[in-house]
This record gives sequence, C-alpha cells and structure tokens, in this order.
Amino acid sequence: MTQDLEAFRAETRAWLEANCPPSMRTPMTGEDDAVWGGRNYEFKNPEAKLWLERMGAKGWTAPTWPAEYGGGGLSADENRVLQSELKKIGARPPLFSFGLWMLGPVLLEYANEEQKKEHLPKIVRGEIRWCQGYSEPGAGSDLAGLQTKCEDKGDHWLINGQKVWTSYANYADWCFCLVRTDTSVKHEGISFVLIDMTTPGVETRPIKLISGSSPFCETFFTDVKVPKHQMVGRLNGGWEIAKRLLQYERTNISGFGSNTRVDVVDLAKKHIGLEDGVLEDRDLRARIAAHKMTERAYALSVQRAQEEAKAGGNVSHMASMFKVAGATLNIDRCELMVEAAGNRALGWSGEGFSADDLATTRGWLRSKGNSIEGGTTEINLNVVAKRVLGLRDTQ
Amino acid sequence: MTFTLNDDARMLKESARDFFREQAPVTRLRKQRDAKQNGRDPDLWAEISALGFAGVIIPEEYGGAGLGYVALGAVLEEAGRTLVASPLHSSALAGASALLLAGTDAQKAEWLPKIASGEVIASIAIDEGAHHAPAKSKIKFEGGKLSGEKHYVADGHIADLIIVAAADALYLVKADAAGLTRRELVTADSRGAADISFAGVAAEKMNLGAEIIDAILDRARIGLAAEMVGAASEAFEITSEYLKTRKQFGQVIGGFQALQHRAAKLFTDLELTRSCVLAALDALDRNANNVAEYASLAKARASETVHLATNEMVQLHGGIGMTDVHDAGLYLKRARVTEALYGGASFHRDRYASLLGF
Repeated sequence: MTQDLEAFRAETRAWLEANCPPSMRTPMTGEDDAVWGGRNYEFKNPEAKLWLERMGAKGWTAPTWPAEYGGGGLSADENRVLQSELKKIGARPPLFSFGLWMLGPVLLEYANEEQKKEHLPKIVRGEIRWCQGYSEPGAGSDLAGLQTKCEDKGDHWLINGQKVWTSYANYADWCFCLVRTDTSVKHEGISFVLIDMTTPGVETRPIKLISGSSPFCETFFTDVKVPKHQMVGRLNGGWEIAKRLLQYERTNISGFGSNTRVDVVDLAKKHIGLEDGVLEDRDLRARIAAHKMTERAYALSVQRAQEEAKAGGNVSHMASMFKVAGATLNIDRCELMVEAAGNRALGWSGEGFSADDLATTRGWLRSKGNSIEGGTTEINLNVVAKRVLGLRDTQ
Repeated sequence: MTFTLNDDARMLKESARDFFREQAPVTRLRKQRDAKQNGRDPDLWAEISALGFAGVIIPEEYGGAGLGYVALGAVLEEAGRTLVASPLHSSALAGASALLLAGTDAQKAEWLPKIASGEVIASIAIDEGAHHAPAKSKIKFEGGKLSGEKHYVADGHIADLIIVAAADALYLVKADAAGLTRRELVTADSRGAADISFAGVAAEKMNLGAEIIDAILDRARIGLAAEMVGAASEAFEITSEYLKTRKQFGQVIGGFQALQHRAAKLFTDLELTRSCVLAALDALDRNANNVAEYASLAKARASETVHLATNEMVQLHGGIGMTDVHDAGLYLKRARVTEALYGGASFHRDRYASLLGF
C-alpha cells in the first residue's frame, strides 16, 4: 500500500513537472486570477487555459470523483499525495467552481445515471459554470419558505419566480435551483431542478455590494420551460438535497473575497513598527496575538476533522460550526488589517493608495458578507445547537 | 501530526475515565474540602499510582510505562473532568519532566522510580510574586546552599521533593531539608499549595541551565491545559444537560435561542481549544521544534475556554449555580487556579506574539 502510494507520488510529481505551466506555479495576485470556466469564459492567461485542460482531462480537478464521470478516481490517500505535490510546487487551483464544491457531490449522491453522465464530466473539465438558485427576497434565513413556482405541464415544468444572492448568475451557464412544487406543505413541497440559463424567460441583474463589487445577482424566471428529466431526486424531495448541498457549501466558504495575500502581522509591523522587537501599539499587539491563536486553532481543528473523517467519524454535522468559526475569524482578521494599516486602508480608488491598501479596504467591506452568505451566523448557531448539541424547544 | 490516540493511550484514557468517575467523582473533592484536607488524600493517590498513572511518561528503565505526553494528557483530561485532587500534574508530569530533561543520571536513577510508583511526590517551584514571571527569579545558590522564596507552589504542601527554578538553573531540594520552611496555603480550589522559603538549604544543581526551564514549563503548561480541557468539557456537558431539563415558562430553557447560541459558541470555542491541546501534546511526543508556540497557544486558549465554560456554568444554572451545594462553584474555583498557574492568557498571548516576531 505504502509502496503503491510512493509510486503514485513519483508519477504524480513527474506529471506535474511536465504539465503545470510556469505561471501557474506563482501565487495568485487576487480574485481576478481565479479561473471559473464556463461556455463564455475568457482566459486572461493562456497558461491558465492549458492548466485547466490538462488537469480536467486527468480528472484531477475532482480527484476523488469516479473516473466514469470524468473524475480522477483517486482514493483519499492518493488525493492527499496529489494535494501535497500540488502544494509543493505552489500550483494554483486550475478551477474555482460551485459545480465542483457544491453540486457535484450531491449529484453523485442523489442524481440518476443519465444526469450524472450528462453533468459531472462538464463540471470536471470546467465547461459548464453553475450558479445556486436558493435564496429569494422573502426566503433568506427561512430558506424553506421559498415561493418560486414550478408547475407540472405534462411534458415540461413551468417555472415562475425570483431568486436573489445567486452568485455570478450573470456568468453562469446553468443554475441548480430550489422550487416549490407543492404549496400546501413547507419543507415537503420543495424540489431540486437544473435549469439552463439560456432558456427563454431567465434574466439576471447584478447586485452591487458595499465593497463596490458585484459577486451576487438577482435572477428572474418568467414562464421558463424546463424539461422533465432535469429534476434531481423525487418530486417534493428537494429539501434533503438542499440541506446536504448546504453542508458542502458551508465547508467551502467562510472567508471569501478578503485580501489574504497580506499577513496582518506584517501589515502592523510596516505601519506601526517595532520597538525592541515588540509592536509599539501594545493593545493592538495583544488583540493580533489572540487572533493569530484563533487562526491556528481553526486550522488545527480543520485538520483534526479531516483526520476524524478519514477514520470513519461522521463530521458532516460540524460544517455549521466551521462556517461560523471561519466567518468570524475572517471578519476579525479584516478588522485588524484595517486597524493596522491606519489611514492607508481608508482609500477607495486612485493612485493615492497602493493596490494592496485598496484590497485591504475592499476586503474588509466584502468580509461583512461572510457571516451572512451561506447561512447567517445566527442560523448556523441554530443548527449547531439543535443538531449537534440536541437543544430543542421541547424535550 | 496526529490528533488520534493510539491503542495504548486510548485504553489508558478509558481506564482513567472509569476510575475517576467511580472512585474520584466531584463528591470526593467536596468531602476532602469539608474535612479540611486541603488536597491531602493519600489513599486516592495510592490508588492512582497503583493504576500506573504516575509513571506514564517515565521510561520503563525507571519503572514507568514510557507512553509519552499524549497518553498522560488523556489521563489528566479525565482527571480534570471530575476535579480530581491529586499531585498527578505536579509530580507525574511537571516533576518527572524536570528530572527527565534536566536530571543527572544519578538524580534520575534515584528519583524517577519513586515518582513512577507514587512513593515520592515531586513539585516544581517557579513563581516568587503574585504573577508568573520565571525570568525574574531572585533565588541564589552559593556554596551548595539555596536561598530565596517561592510562592504558591502547586502541591508544595504535600511534596517530598521540590524542584526549584532559579534564573540560571534548576535545583533539587528535599522537602525535609534543614532551612526549608513551608507555609501551607488554604486555596480557593481546595487543593492547597505552599509558600516555601529557603534559608541556606542544601540543594543539588541539576544538569542543565536556564534554557531548559522554559522547556520544562512548557510541558507543565501543556499538561495543565489538558486537565483544563477536561474540566471545561465536563462543565459544558453538565450545563448542556441542564438546559435540556430545566423548565421555565412551560418549556425547557434550552429551547430559547439566546441560550442555544451561547451554548453553540461555547461548544465551538471548546472544540477549537481541544485541537490546540491535542496538537501540543503530540508536538511534545514528536519532539517538534515549535513546542513553545504550541504551549502558549494551548495554555492561553485553555485558560480562556475554561474561564468561559465555568462562568457560563454558573450563569446558565441560575440561582442553583451560585449555591455551594451545586458543583458549578467547584469548577469555577479550580478554573481560576489553573488559569493562573504557569501563566494565564495574557502572559501567553504576550509570549506568543514574541515567538511570532512581533
């Protein structure tokens, strides 16, 4: 076993050496370097395209998915080897994708064979970019209150309604969407459908955030006809799939959009300075130290959860805990960055501020969404209290 | 790095759990306190020693089990759960570590077997003022004689062997040596301690100098953090059970969101701290080069967590939580003592910042 793994390591190393383009071994300089793929994606760097094609062809964008659906077919141990070899050469992720992080895992679990064969390989190769149609204007934290109507019209579904906070819907090719198929019940009246965004009647409109960026959209569905075979799971059985997908989502997001290139300690040293090796602002120093400890504690806990999962423990219920802790951590980090950078982090645009300074400001504002997107901190604390701790209204 | 206990450590943890739950539940501490034993319970210590817990980190050649710090940490965590009053941390971890790291061959051969069997209780004497400040020791050693004072020496009132930290080195002193005076302290946690003064006391210098003191203290800090995680876990679980059973306004209070969120936050904090302590114990067994970072991380976080857990225990129990008949107060008092020993959260945040270069 160990011998096989070492052989796999050698092969992997050789393949990466031959196939990972030089510019893909340099650190990403910002969110703009993230490759999201999709039908209309414009690669800024031809090597990024090459890197995605090569990794996609090997299935290594989704290393542990079965090879029959385009995945790498690797065992957990082999995947660890692959990840460590990727890390060793500082390789950039070839693909950022809601398809990889959220949809794929639930399709593997709930979709039928045709759906898996149709959608999974395109996710692996980055050919189709997906967005998430979950929240609605009237259904935020109370997601199951969603009203987007899906009617059975014999040979197709007819969808009418509005989604909100659909990240990158304006760039997406397809949408995985929660719809109401029974209005007489709440959770049991929800279904999970896949919608091609080019279908007539689908419109998107970006939402500008306080950071100035627009990762989110409103998405409108007006008499959208969806083929019958695009429902995943059974009619009115969508809530279970929805919740499972949220677990994957919460594991994957918690610190989106922040300037992670700059360490808060370096920033504080630069703008405040040391006196005999000690940061001159002692109060800020203590708070940064406490933050660095929490950061370490969080990283160690993620590592521990991975180890426990490998040993067969069920840690999926911990996703909400990690979502809360990760979001809080990133928000605190961004606040400390702004504090450490002083007025350098109070710019908005123009040449009076460096790109890093502006990224600190924008990242700080973007981080305010971390405790809201993917389930608010309050909702996730509810989940921890109820599902992990067993605290309920009645006993 | 690993967070998973090996078979030896897991079995040890299970037997410790069973033993402490049956033989040393919190009611035993309460009885000791009411009888004014101030932490003295020789029968309990004999039983603990008979189970081999006093020799967990001591190598087999000196009569121990040689299982390492992860294993002893697991035992200490279980001891922390029921607030077991015994010199397990002082002697089997701190004292044994001092001898293992700084003892001469002769000192190891003389003392380690007796510590492993529980026949001798060792204790480390570190602080000289109201706060943990190991670098500021005023202990003097001249002509084989030790002079100075040590304050709040954990289990110093029951120790047979005192390992004294000076600014430049460590010294071994027998507790019955001429010139050594102990003033027994009756402490808030009912465990007792001692202020010890040394007036020209015969002492043996240990093998290594000042640089080893921090290494020994780091072991003491990490081991104590394991006990603290145990106490915090138990405080949390007792509180969580109470939330599920106590009814007001016609419903269990655990159904109120304000309390659910406090419980969920405390649980998260506890799990994050547990990861730090497990990683720190593992770092000791791996002989990692950044043990100091792990020690300050574990001790600072354990201090904050046990503080929060025990304070929430009192508050969420309401009226019963502030009465002496309830255990919450016992957890709160022990928490405060462990927070202060070998440096509290602010000491270790300051040290962590220095270790990280700011």
